[in-house]
Amino acid sequence: MQSNPMQLLFEKSISGKTAFQLPESEVPNYLESNKIPGRRATLPELPELSEIDLVRHYTNLSNRNHGVDTGFYPLGSCTMKYNPKINEDLANLPDFTTLHPLAPEHTAQGSLGLIYELENYLAALTGMDHFTLQPVAGAHGELTALLMVKAYHQSKGESNRNKVLVPASAHGTNPASAAMAGFETVIVKCNQHGLVDLEHLKSLLDQNVAALMLTNPNTLGLFETEISEIAQLVHAAGGLLYYDGANLNAVMGLVRPGDMGFDLVHLNLHKTFATPHGGGGPGAGPVGAKAFLAPFLPIPIVIKEQDNFKLDYARPQSIGKVSSFYGNFSVLIKALAYIHSLGAAGLTQVSRDAILNANYLRVKLKESYLLPHDRPCMHEFVLSATNLKEYKIRALDVAKRLLDFGIHPPTIYFPLIVEEALMIEPTETEDLATLDEFIAIMEQIAKEAAQNPELLHQAPQNTPVGRLDEALAARSPKLRWKPE
Amino acid sequence: MKHPYLPLTDSQRAMMLQQIGISNFSELLTEIPNEVLLKESLALPEPKCEMELIEYFKGLAEQNQPCKLSFLGAGAYQHYIPSLVNHLAGRAEFYTAYTPYQPEISQGMLQAIYEYQSLIAELFSLPIANASLYDGATALAEAVLMATKETRLQRVLIPSSLHPNYLAVLKTYTKNLNLELITLPAKDGLIDTDALEKLLQTKTAAVVLQNPNFYGIIEDLPALIPLIKAAQAVPICMVHPLSLGILESPGKLGAEIVVGEGQPLGLSLSYGGAYLGLMATSERFLRRIPGRLVGETVDHHSKRAYVLTLQTREQHIRREKATSNICSNEALCALRAAIYLATLGPTGLQVVAERAYNNAHYLQEQLALAGFPLLYQAPFFMEFAIKTPRPASYYLEKLLPKGIIPGYDLSQALPNQEDSLLIAATEVFSCAELDRLVQEMRCL
Repeated sequence: MQSNPMQLLFEKSISGKTAFQLPESEVPNYLESNKIPGRRATLPELPELSEIDLVRHYTNLSNRNHGVDTGFYPLGSCTMKYNPKINEDLANLPDFTTLHPLAPEHTAQGSLGLIYELENYLAALTGMDHFTLQPVAGAHGELTALLMVKAYHQSKGESNRNKVLVPASAHGTNPASAAMAGFETVIVKCNQHGLVDLEHLKSLLDQNVAALMLTNPNTLGLFETEISEIAQLVHAAGGLLYYDGANLNAVMGLVRPGDMGFDLVHLNLHKTFATPHGGGGPGAGPVGAKAFLAPFLPIPIVIKEQDNFKLDYARPQSIGKVSSFYGNFSVLIKALAYIHSLGAAGLTQVSRDAILNANYLRVKLKESYLLPHDRPCMHEFVLSATNLKEYKIRALDVAKRLLDFGIHPPTIYFPLIVEEALMIEPTETEDLATLDEFIAIMEQIAKEAAQNPELLHQAPQNTPVGRLDEALAARSPKLRWKPE
Repeated sequence: MKHPYLPLTDSQRAMMLQQIGISNFSELLTEIPNEVLLKESLALPEPKCEMELIEYFKGLAEQNQPCKLSFLGAGAYQHYIPSLVNHLAGRAEFYTAYTPYQPEISQGMLQAIYEYQSLIAELFSLPIANASLYDGATALAEAVLMATKETRLQRVLIPSSLHPNYLAVLKTYTKNLNLELITLPAKDGLIDTDALEKLLQTKTAAVVLQNPNFYGIIEDLPALIPLIKAAQAVPICMVHPLSLGILESPGKLGAEIVVGEGQPLGLSLSYGGAYLGLMATSERFLRRIPGRLVGETVDHHSKRAYVLTLQTREQHIRREKATSNICSNEALCALRAAIYLATLGPTGLQVVAERAYNNAHYLQEQLALAGFPLLYQAPFFMEFAIKTPRPASYYLEKLLPKGIIPGYDLSQALPNQEDSLLIAATEVFSCAELDRLVQEMRCL
């Protein structure tokens, strides 16, 4: 990575430069003769640069960014697996990229068919009956599913059901989505094994419960062993069981949410199905539902009539639309390509290798860090750095030291139920040599913590910038460039 | 099992099990109760190698027949995407990264987002722009939620000339939140100012303005916004970003929240996504704006650097009290938009907007001469609705076999408008292509 500070686009701007051209106009100019309300007097101050300036600028920026293609990225709960190159090529086929979302249906049969096919495969994988691909992110899927939960209870005349139960270990999006859908969130405690506290759950289940949101395996990477009983309890109380599919990478071909009693599920195609995270997006958050909830899915739904695919809007109980068109179609192409590449056996092997890699790291790393829940994990596990407290070393220091070795740190300080948490998800796309190197580095860092803690406090040293003053950024926010 | 995406070999797998201290993989699954274990194999396709994948997806893509000469718009537009946008946004260091939680190794994406925020803030003339939302529709819904929370009022005026899909998403988002969405009527395709004044006599949280509106018509923002401000309601403007090459930035006219669909800024049509929600606000909404924000700071050597900031607004910190549930956004689309805007620069922005304006006005003039008058006599930007002597579907059916989509049949969105087409003419068309549409329409 290059280390000299970089100027901003605006600071490189030189008046008169350009990187854009159009052919000469062949039509008359109407701008002077027509009256235009609110016409602008001066142009916005966008940067003026030539093509080579832009190419160098963004190439240099990319050199200051760590991605899966750069190195190991064991960021827990984020499933930073390899993003196949061919999928990028397929999503860029011109007949996909140039199709307008309002194109007549018979000119869009390829794209509609692709949506239909992917919905079916996701249903098969999860044991659900129907899917919508309209939500464009995991949290967007959660919101969609919770709006369906609301509509379902309302359709039964049970508008009183305003509580959504969320385990203490849940992703932050769960309670936030519940609030956006108009629910009140109630926290379910975890027991000493990090799993749902069944007795506490029972005490919360009443006639006002709309749903329980559950990640399984949970954010500790542990499988909810009492899932069947949980499902039975929630259903007996008239509630629905919702599967947060953030951790689906652990269970493909092994168990299906539908078979565990879940009524609704959202998936993150940008995690399990290898579509790139894009530095924060675009993702895709499809929602699957059991048949009795299908009437509430967003419109439109793709249906097949004889050999033709159509968009069906005539669904009176639908919650409506959740995004402008049909979802992040370019992401859906990549997910379908991934499923076709691996097939049933391959996807099962994906989950098996993800579990194997995580357990290999778990067993090796518990020698130098604390492992609060010492039992077989699924695709991820959570260490605690509390054993380094005596040297005044925190999880943050371990994370920052990893940067010096070109490794993206694990998720830290999450889940909230583990002190000084380091949440590690290697994924199946890492080979043994990478895992062994990571183990060696983690062991070295634990030793450094005891012998030379200052090294960790000063880390990272080998990156374009050192530790940042995050308090300053929040105290006096500077969110845009302005001329001096 | 061997597969290019799975680097472990069978002998490595066996060795790792041994190191873990077990002899069989199934011992790692003992926590899964037997009754839920999947007994049959998944109903999925057979694995395909790369050559087979290409063949399969080319086959799927060929079942699409995108028309070369398409005048469809209505929320998604065909604009020219300079080659460098694909090349630069296609750098894997950007697209294979997660949200930049570790700033020391993510300065590339953080600076790119900071520059994106700066470009959008400048374009909209407002101090704060976020790092992106999902798309135009959800950006508008979030804007309405933000304005009602800030004002602690429930009443929002929505123009009848708003894009129907944006209205649909807004309704879905607000359904359970006790908000009151009141229709602001239009007269001759424009917001009815008298009706607005009357409706503003009741305390109102916000008024939504779409400019150009669904019919492509330019609303009189310099007249409307002061009325809204005088009533102490929040003016929310939804804009086509490229129209700002001609039109004044809404922020300068007093809009407090500006949102938009970012697709025209260097994103392909791709059957509706991935797109980009643009949002900028006044200072007042600093702690309410949804989504990521990147801010400038320094490292411990006082070197300038960028970092995600004001995260106490967000779900991973505030959980149910967060300003929104958004986590994943559209960062790579925002990167494309930034590269596109930087490629255009101020003069390029003006050139694109003016060319689209002139192309659309030439086409409209010629179509009027050919017997297709405007549906509404009002100033427009690059999209306009015409009256057709027969149902609009007739023209679509007749021209499709010739590889032409003459526009959007308005009856698809508005059942009472069956004899009108909404036509978008951007900068991509040559005069000959515009003449061709006129010629074909005249013959029908």
